[in-house]
Amino acid sequence: MKSLLLPPHPKERRVVFQNAWTQGYTPDIECYEKHGGYAELKKALGMKPTEIVDEVKKANLRGRGGAGFPCGVKWGFIRRDDGKPHYLVCNGDESEPGTFKDRYILHNDPHQLIEGMAIAAYALNANLAYIYIRCEFPKAAKIVTKALQEARAKGYLGKNILGSGFDIDIHVHQGAAAYICGEETSMIESLEGKRPYPRIKPPYFPAVLGLYMAPTIVNNVETLCHIKQILKIGSEEYSKMGTPGDGGTRVMCVSGDVVRPGPYEIPAGGVTLGELIFDVCGGLKPGRTLKAVIPGGSSSKILRAGESFKIKSKGADGEMIEKEIPLLDLVMDAASLAAAGTMVGSGGVIIMDDSRNMLWALNNLNQFYAHESCGQCTPCREGVLWIDKMTTRMVKGEGIAQDPATLQNVADNIAGRTVCAFGEAASWPVQSFLAKFPEEFAVGEK
Amino acid sequence: MEHHPVSSSGNSPVIAQAETIPADLLAKIDEAVTHYPVSKRSASLPLLHLWQNHFGFIDDSAVKWIAARLDLEPINILELVTFYPWFRQQAPGKTIIRVCRTLSCAMAGSYELREKFCHSVGIDPASDHHHGLPTSPDGNYSVEFVECLASCGSAPVCLINDDLHEDVTEADVPKILTQYLS
Ligand SMILES: Cc1cc2nc3c(=O)[nH]c(=O)nc-3n(C[C@H](O)[C@H](O)[C@H](O)COP(=O)(O)O)c2cc1C
Ligand code: SF4
Ligand code: FES
Repeated sequence: MKSLLLPPHPKERRVVFQNAWTQGYTPDIECYEKHGGYAELKKALGMKPTEIVDEVKKANLRGRGGAGFPCGVKWGFIRRDDGKPHYLVCNGDESEPGTFKDRYILHNDPHQLIEGMAIAAYALNANLAYIYIRCEFPKAAKIVTKALQEARAKGYLGKNILGSGFDIDIHVHQGAAAYICGEETSMIESLEGKRPYPRIKPPYFPAVLGLYMAPTIVNNVETLCHIKQILKIGSEEYSKMGTPGDGGTRVMCVSGDVVRPGPYEIPAGGVTLGELIFDVCGGLKPGRTLKAVIPGGSSSKILRAGESFKIKSKGADGEMIEKEIPLLDLVMDAASLAAAGTMVGSGGVIIMDDSRNMLWALNNLNQFYAHESCGQCTPCREGVLWIDKMTTRMVKGEGIAQDPATLQNVADNIAGRTVCAFGEAASWPVQSFLAKFPEEFAVGEK
Repeated sequence: MEHHPVSSSGNSPVIAQAETIPADLLAKIDEAVTHYPVSKRSASLPLLHLWQNHFGFIDDSAVKWIAARLDLEPINILELVTFYPWFRQQAPGKTIIRVCRTLSCAMAGSYELREKFCHSVGIDPASDHHHGLPTSPDGNYSVEFVECLASCGSAPVCLINDDLHEDVTEADVPKILTQYLS
């Protein structure tokens, strides 16, 4: 990835990415230790587990996997001394189209993840953990497996780690090319060796009834790396890097029609969309103008160039004021993107210029969702297939006048009626493309 | 999710795979099972991966053998083979080329790239990948579309065997193919 070999952009602040592209940095444990590796695990083992959970809460770390749930709050659901076994699962499935950050961590800095996981396991009183890695990352699985062996040999993993009396074992578990396994309850079923049909919530919230029906925390790769960094920097400094309620840095993965695509680690809220496109990523290709932005992975709702949003914020006197914010001035943090009707999601930002056809783009995404539905719920299984069939015929010029209305109707009847959030993930693109670009979907009378 | 048909005829091997398990594969299987102290069933996917990496695909004897090794019914293994796109019941080409199909790669030309790979190795680009991997007549290459490979910033990308190739152009195809000639 070319952009990573460049020096960090002034808007960037490489925290979880700090070592991964340092000249001469290698994924072995000696190199990691030279760069301060495992110092925070030692520190953590001297702390009370509840102190660690409090630090994570105060850091305002939101999960980086897509749903953006506050990590400390999630950890707070685990009762350390309920006498049950607890499990930690690292989500390294990274399959949301547009997202490419975890793969770099797994390949270039596996010990940062392992240290984050060991700290998390200690805080949660989990003695067994798995790293679920999609099988399309075969080299990552080898690198992480080797790193786990190194960490075990040095006493950072295994029985009575560093003489603390705490035991933690971590194993790699490879997926088998199914996007749905990124959904946490599907991942748990997959880990149990079953067809990965997501579980219904309630009652199967992982923190209550997770892996092997025991309390389980599922966290994204990047999230777990931030845990190590929170202990290093301290929750106060860490939270200050972001905005209130969205602490620290976030890797924004920019792809599509920009001059310098790539993963950029930026303090939450540290750039506007315009700065991200035109400053950090070097702008659009010559002679092109912006048409659309998918801001948080393919499942997030699309935004249209030129639109603006009414966003409430606190004024200098503490009063809430409402301002009209043009698209390019939209701040890239969880609250601002939610106010614009979409989400920061997995940080996958897909930029499209005026050469792109929105019907074609939506059809591409519909094919993805049609291929990946697990088939458990009728609205999703049938709905995404028909949505795909409709846009496929529209792309061929064989659409009929009522197609846009039928598309809308099918999407509206999937969202909210399924076992897992894949139903929304597949409907939101349809609903938002239709709402934002109606003229590209209109089919003339034949 | 595509559900592959269960193969009963066609490429069925002369010798059942389970008759020829080498000692090093057995050792890896034993090791993998130890990673799941709570439930052996959890080792299903790892065992299928080890098996497919060794034999190239999963035959009927494999389903029975793995099920027996984990104290399961064969259907518990077969339902995984038929659910997960990664597992195959027919032999693939020696080199497997997986071109990313999803949006960022498609915008960067991945549809054209897949066609170029197909034409270059003698596969009909229109061939249906729901019935085994489309494979070149000489058995050297399989070409398929896959969904987002998490490398969208260097689109278009493809995964060839274990190697990720980034920013691939159609002009790179001949050079890439010779790299994989055994
Ligand atoms: C359809 C679907 C796919 C998902 N894919 C991923 C994924 O590839 N990686 C990931 O970390 N989270 C993914 N998630 C989110 C997980 O369910 C879960 O929220 C996340 O792993 C929790 O970790 P975090 O709190 O650290 O973000 C997905 C969710 C859904 C509904
Ligand atoms: S919403 Fe779709 S992916 Fe999720 S459980 Fe239902 S059928 Fe499966
Ligand atoms: S779209 Fe091809 S790697 Fe993501």
